[in-house]
Amino acid sequence: MRPYTTCTGTGVPLLQANLDTDVIMPKQFLKGIDRQGLARGLFYDLRYDASGVEQADFVLNQPEYRNASFLVVGPNFGCGSSREHAVWGLLQYGIRALIGTGFASIFRDNCFNNGLLPIALPADLHARIATLCARPPRNLLTVDLVSQTVTLSDHSRLPFRIDDMYRENLLHGRDAIAATLRYSAEIAAFEDRHWNRSPWLKPGT
Amino acid sequence: MNPRPDPAPTTPRTIYDKIVDAHTVRRIDERHLLLYVDRHILNEYTSPQAFSGLREHNRRVHRPASTLAIVDHVNPTAAQRVRAIADPQAAAQVDYVERNCQDFGIELIGLLDSRQGIEHVVCPEQGLVSPGMVIACGDSHTTTYGAFGALGFGIGTSDVEHVLATQTVVYERLRNMRVRFDGTLPPGVTAKDLVMTVIRAIGVAGATGFAVEFAGSATDRLDVAGRMTLCNMIVEAGARGAVMAPDARVCDYLKDRPKAPRGALWSQATAAWANLRSDAGAVFERDLAFDVAAVAPLVTWGTSPDQAVGITDSVPDPAAEPDPARRASIVRALAYMGLEPGTPMRSVAIDRAFIGSCTNGRLEDLRAAAGIVAGRKVAPHVRAMVVPGSSQVRREAEQEGLDRIFVAAGFEWRQSGCSMCLAMNGDVLGAGERCASSTNRNFEGRQGRAGRTHLMSPAMVAAAAVAGHLVDVRDLAREVP
Ligand code: SF4
Repeated sequence: MRPYTTCTGTGVPLLQANLDTDVIMPKQFLKGIDRQGLARGLFYDLRYDASGVEQADFVLNQPEYRNASFLVVGPNFGCGSSREHAVWGLLQYGIRALIGTGFASIFRDNCFNNGLLPIALPADLHARIATLCARPPRNLLTVDLVSQTVTLSDHSRLPFRIDDMYRENLLHGRDAIAATLRYSAEIAAFEDRHWNRSPWLKPGT
Repeated sequence: MNPRPDPAPTTPRTIYDKIVDAHTVRRIDERHLLLYVDRHILNEYTSPQAFSGLREHNRRVHRPASTLAIVDHVNPTAAQRVRAIADPQAAAQVDYVERNCQDFGIELIGLLDSRQGIEHVVCPEQGLVSPGMVIACGDSHTTTYGAFGALGFGIGTSDVEHVLATQTVVYERLRNMRVRFDGTLPPGVTAKDLVMTVIRAIGVAGATGFAVEFAGSATDRLDVAGRMTLCNMIVEAGARGAVMAPDARVCDYLKDRPKAPRGALWSQATAAWANLRSDAGAVFERDLAFDVAAVAPLVTWGTSPDQAVGITDSVPDPAAEPDPARRASIVRALAYMGLEPGTPMRSVAIDRAFIGSCTNGRLEDLRAAAGIVAGRKVAPHVRAMVVPGSSQVRREAEQEGLDRIFVAAGFEWRQSGCSMCLAMNGDVLGAGERCASSTNRNFEGRQGRAGRTHLMSPAMVAAAAVAGHLVDVRDLAREVP
């Protein structure tokens, strides 16, 4: 995972509630054995019509919203299927942070595990950003993970909070598995105690 | 939200808290703990990149014996089962999971295995699920195992890799919610209608951040299959875990299954399971109660599982919704679904009927559907499919003659798998096709681009297939064909 500190780019309002991971990354893009080629699949049925032609009315296809870095999203974004392909696709498309009011929980974990920032804001701050992003070119934002602020084009800075552990991991591009493997001995000792206490839980017994 | 502190050892605890406490390897910080995973289930479509990650870093699988892989999402369900898959990408996924299981020493239930089926149907069937277990799987419907008093939850592929390498997951303790069902279930009303009632009441984010414990006299009377339906689908309200107190029915279900404990271990285990209860006085931050006598068979009208009404109701009118965001959701959903406000649900004609999925693809579900179908015919314009949840369900159904009932009525009797629940395998809705479906998600495009899904119980799907339109199963049940 590449380290994350600060990123400046344009924000796109995509405020529909409960945008699920089936819509973010439709089924036909889940058949790979690697992570490649998912930028094309992102919001596929919204971006393209049935013959593969771009749908002009979808926000990401509008000239002022191309090359977006941030999506300002509605409540419960990322609900439904656990498919991490949704997060991979957002990153491959160029999205570095999502600004919402709350995220579905598996999706949120997937974001943190890949360095896509899921920023949850109180409704009033979220609404301010959404309003500005609806008025390009005023949709330029800077998301800074060090100071945990979003700077808007009117120069105001809004604070957000990212969980400390994930923030540290993201700032340093840390490998979560390597971090846990430091506790290998503790895990093995736990297994001994656990299977002693509940021997039927030991696999293969 | 603030982190939830660990409950003090002296305070009354819920089943959920007891399971989390018993699996905490260590605290990481005030919010996170390292949670031990007793069993890890893999499938072919969310595991490939996890195995590739292990390979890249030269890492091994910490406990191959605690891990089981199942092919279920991409396989065809045509009546004749063969190992070859025409879709090259699906074939590559099936090949890769085989190779990974071989290289890392993991048991695989492959395509031609007599136990093949949807992971959440197969694992209970094989007795792999025990009360008190923690089970992780790269699939959101892992909450199903709550029916046994096990804590199951879905994880993404990065965490699949993490569990493979460490047998643990970095975990944040959830809050406790209880949902009680009391009273007597009316005829024609099923566990599916109960869970859809909860989702409709609290919304699709209503249980986000919570583990849900199902309780109450009506819950206790549900068979294990019905309990699985409840725990399975509550993820559609955002719950990351579900639990129920294991009882004698759960023990009866598990006894002598291939992977269940045996002999002295069985006695020891069942004694411990009897104590797996929420303590008196344990605190549930949200506590809901429903009188099931008031529940009617539900159907969805929209593109979110909480957009549901009773079958005798009509398509809602967005103009009546005061909240602008919700009004916009309704307008969008009705446009996608091709429905006019005020249309009686019972007049909505269907093109397809689908019975299957991890929510409702068990033997009990097929029996309920066959009970409606027997002696009747599928409406001529409807294409109707039954996809048993597993090969074992298929065999048991055939032993009871359910297949003959379905086929005589005009249903396709197919091989097991996820099939048109998520439509990765070629079982797909065409654009604009409307489907009565016993599955769990009516999202835009879920069953096929521009396809229109109405969620309901398997008996309601069967009734709709026969009528050719959505219909109240209670009306059909009253007439003898
Ligand atoms: S049946 Fe549907 S919900 Fe269940 S595991 Fe398969 S695709 Fe997922």
